[in-house]
Amino acid sequence: MLDQWIFVAALLPIGLVMAATPIVAGQLLAPRKPNDIKLSTYECGVETVGDTWVQFKVQYYIYALIFVIFDIEAIFLFPWAVAYNQLQLYMVLEGVLFILILAGGLLYAWRKGALEWL
Amino acid sequence: MGFDFNNPFGSITELLTSLLINLGLPQPLVSVILAVVGAGILAGVTLTTAGVFNIWLERKIGARFQDRLGPNRVGPFGLFQGIADAIKLTLKEDITPTGADKVVFNVAPLLAVMSVVGLWAVVPFAPQLIGADLNVGVLYVVAIGGVGTLSVIMAGWSSNNKYALLGALRTVAMLISFEIPMVLVLLVPTMLAGSMGMVAIVNGQDVWFLLLAPVAAFVFFVSSLAEVGRTPFDLIEAESEIVAGYNIEYSGMKFGMFMVAEFFHSFTIGALFTVLFLGGWRGPGSETYPILGLVYFVAKTFFMYFIVMWIRYTFPRVRIDQMMALNWKFLTPLALVVVMATAVVDKLALSQGWPRTPVHLALNGTLVLLTLGLMQAYARALRRRVEGMRQPEAGEIAGAAVGPGS
Amino acid sequence: MTAMQAVFLLLGLVTFISAVMVVVSPQLIHAGLWLVLTLAGVAGLFVLLEAPFLAVVQVVIYIGAIAILIIFAIMLTRRMLRDEGRQLNSLWAGALVVTLILYAVLVFLILQEPSLAAASQPIQAESSVLLADLGRALVDVDRFILPFEVASVLLLAALIGAIYVARPMMAGEDRERQE
Repeated sequence: MLDQWIFVAALLPIGLVMAATPIVAGQLLAPRKPNDIKLSTYECGVETVGDTWVQFKVQYYIYALIFVIFDIEAIFLFPWAVAYNQLQLYMVLEGVLFILILAGGLLYAWRKGALEWL
Repeated sequence: MGFDFNNPFGSITELLTSLLINLGLPQPLVSVILAVVGAGILAGVTLTTAGVFNIWLERKIGARFQDRLGPNRVGPFGLFQGIADAIKLTLKEDITPTGADKVVFNVAPLLAVMSVVGLWAVVPFAPQLIGADLNVGVLYVVAIGGVGTLSVIMAGWSSNNKYALLGALRTVAMLISFEIPMVLVLLVPTMLAGSMGMVAIVNGQDVWFLLLAPVAAFVFFVSSLAEVGRTPFDLIEAESEIVAGYNIEYSGMKFGMFMVAEFFHSFTIGALFTVLFLGGWRGPGSETYPILGLVYFVAKTFFMYFIVMWIRYTFPRVRIDQMMALNWKFLTPLALVVVMATAVVDKLALSQGWPRTPVHLALNGTLVLLTLGLMQAYARALRRRVEGMRQPEAGEIAGAAVGPGS
Repeated sequence: MTAMQAVFLLLGLVTFISAVMVVVSPQLIHAGLWLVLTLAGVAGLFVLLEAPFLAVVQVVIYIGAIAILIIFAIMLTRRMLRDEGRQLNSLWAGALVVTLILYAVLVFLILQEPSLAAASQPIQAESSVLLADLGRALVDVDRFILPFEVASVLLLAALIGAIYVARPMMAGEDRERQE
């Protein structure tokens, strides 16, 4: 089994190198004429005002939280799905109960307006 | 051993292995060398196809959809357009803005490409022709996609640009939201095939999973489109939106790498959809002649890629709050219901001895009708509420209110 | 030194160095990214232990969800993202000595436990079979069904709690927008 992962371990660095090669080629071949205007941050043509930070929009964080919860739920369900052919009906129903409990959570989030993009 | 035409890819591997062992190298080193060579060929072939051929295909087909010619000057039929674009991007000046975090800024495009190239390790092209037959192939796909999401944050933050950061946050919010229905719906092929390995899923498709689970295929397709950032979900890179989003400050080949990663990713979801729902390399005669299997796979993948492009040139863009509502209020509940219903019904069908395909088709048909009915009821209730709230005014724009943007 | 040992040492070194960099980096976002590398190293170690499911779960959950959550949290706060001042104070030599002694004591105590000190035996089953067994175990009445369902209730509680805590902030923002 491990020799399958050797392929993965070989492909990922090769992907990195294949991405880096054109970039390095570009840095060798392309002109380099930096001046202040080119290097300044792009803000639709006007001067930047203030530091680079973004308004704290709690909605982003809520989405990330809900994502974590449902991601973990899906991961719990994968072994259940892999063993599906060997399960009996009541075992399948137990998995369905798991999903239902979390669907209830989604419904709660929906009703409380946590899913709105404010 | 002779070259077995019925198993060409397996015999090529065996020939190479025995050749290297006869040269006196130890077995583990031989597998490593073969893995590196195979990975190099895979990455090279797919990246070149994506970077050159697919870009040409995209522009030509897009042009035909829009009743124009598309690139036709560079090379026969404009085939070398992709190479010309690559050369142009290489020769553009590579500007790193002041205050940008150099290391993170440079690594972000590399990670974006690496995550898409890594996806091809688990795609079965033909019987015996697969990079790595991991028994957790489906989750591996999700995992590597997550690395792509990380590269977006890295790009947006390291650019030292408010708009890049804002664009990156919106993009990541969209990407992680659409990952949920995708991961949930991937449970359905896993259940039907009894394994997470891609080869097992292809082998389990005596009947294509598209026929056994059309709703699941639909949800997977739509969420994959959003994961890639294609229309109708491409507001993360549209010019009228937040000015190219997280890759504003990138120029030259680094920007080129982001673009290549995106094109490549859309091709990859065509391949993944083929493997998961269209039977991969299966087709008449593909068991006896694996070359036919490769042909079927490539044909199906390009067909799905054509569908992706067709959708791009047909639908208008969706607003971000509409996208989030679509995901959390439509796709996720639908995915949950599909998983639950498929699980229960398949078990019942097996135990009662009903024929599998018609039962699943009936189930999915029922789900579609139920969903449409619910959506109709919801739309009716919404319309009634809006009409109840409306105060007739002179000069009022009927219908759509201006939605809350961000 | 077999190939496996070499790969293990390399992965372990990568994980260890990134973990140290997480603690030491003055920039918070850098610390977050070093954390991602640490988690990836741990995933690699899971692969070496022939637990591919845990490896991909590590990447999906930790890197794909939790690291992103942490980076969101870092980016969305208004505080200074950079640690001012020096990273080491004057007592660092004594702290190093105490840490090494603590480490040695812990290793010694752990090695006293016979089952941990013995060379580990590989499990005599294919990982795909093990995965199906895990699935069966999660819903088997004699084994892990109760923790399985309690886990879902725990996730539900976390979801409800997070939304309950965040609601005043969302309402406050909505009021801000309408003004």
